[in-house]
Amino acid sequence: MARSIKKGPYVEDHLMKKVDAMNESGGKRPIKTWSRRSMILPEFVGHTFLVHNGKVFTNVFVTENMVGHRLGEFAPTRTFRRHGSATDKTVALK
Amino acid sequence: MPRVIGVDIPGKKRVEYALQYIYGVGPTVAREVLERLNIDPGKKADDLSGEEIAGLAKMLQEEYVVEGDLRRETTANIRRLVAVNCYRGIRHRKGLPVRGQRTSTNARTRKGPRKTVGAVRGKEARSAAKSAAK
Repeated sequence: MARSIKKGPYVEDHLMKKVDAMNESGGKRPIKTWSRRSMILPEFVGHTFLVHNGKVFTNVFVTENMVGHRLGEFAPTRTFRRHGSATDKTVALK
Repeated sequence: MPRVIGVDIPGKKRVEYALQYIYGVGPTVAREVLERLNIDPGKKADDLSGEEIAGLAKMLQEEYVVEGDLRRETTANIRRLVAVNCYRGIRHRKGLPVRGQRTSTNARTRKGPRKTVGAVRGKEARSAAKSAAK
């Protein structure tokens, strides 16, 4: 079920504070965050975020199209390393 | 066979159901449109007057998103997800289920026919693997 409109979009306070500060100073330094669940607001556009994926921080540059998504959607948490032992040898067998 | 908006030729059925042959028209929209135009939903599609068909076509085209426009809209939405490089876009790109379904088994609609991976294939390869094991 979708979130109630009444409540407005969810953004973690500490992240919002950082973005506001950045907008005020006009700075463009990347913002490091663990808050994958925060919604991307129009204010975020043009900023770069370093979103934690559980291991490292992924670079996410926010564009207009990303508004309404959450930061975590752009920092995948899983890496798929192909099935079986697909070495050069087995590939050559094909 | 009457034609409502372009190529769609719903058959010898009740209009209520015939309309659903149009992409983007389901039970809800079909009934809604018929009610608004005061057409009996039980009437056979063949018995519709030209006036009624014109009315249907006009209403569907102007007030609903249907057929080509709807298809274009959905592909545009998917293209946006892919371009923006979000999780859903990545799933679309890989042809895997997008909404968190399991992929260990099933997910055949998205993945297509089964392709065996990793197993030793063919008679020669199998016997080669056997002799190598000895």
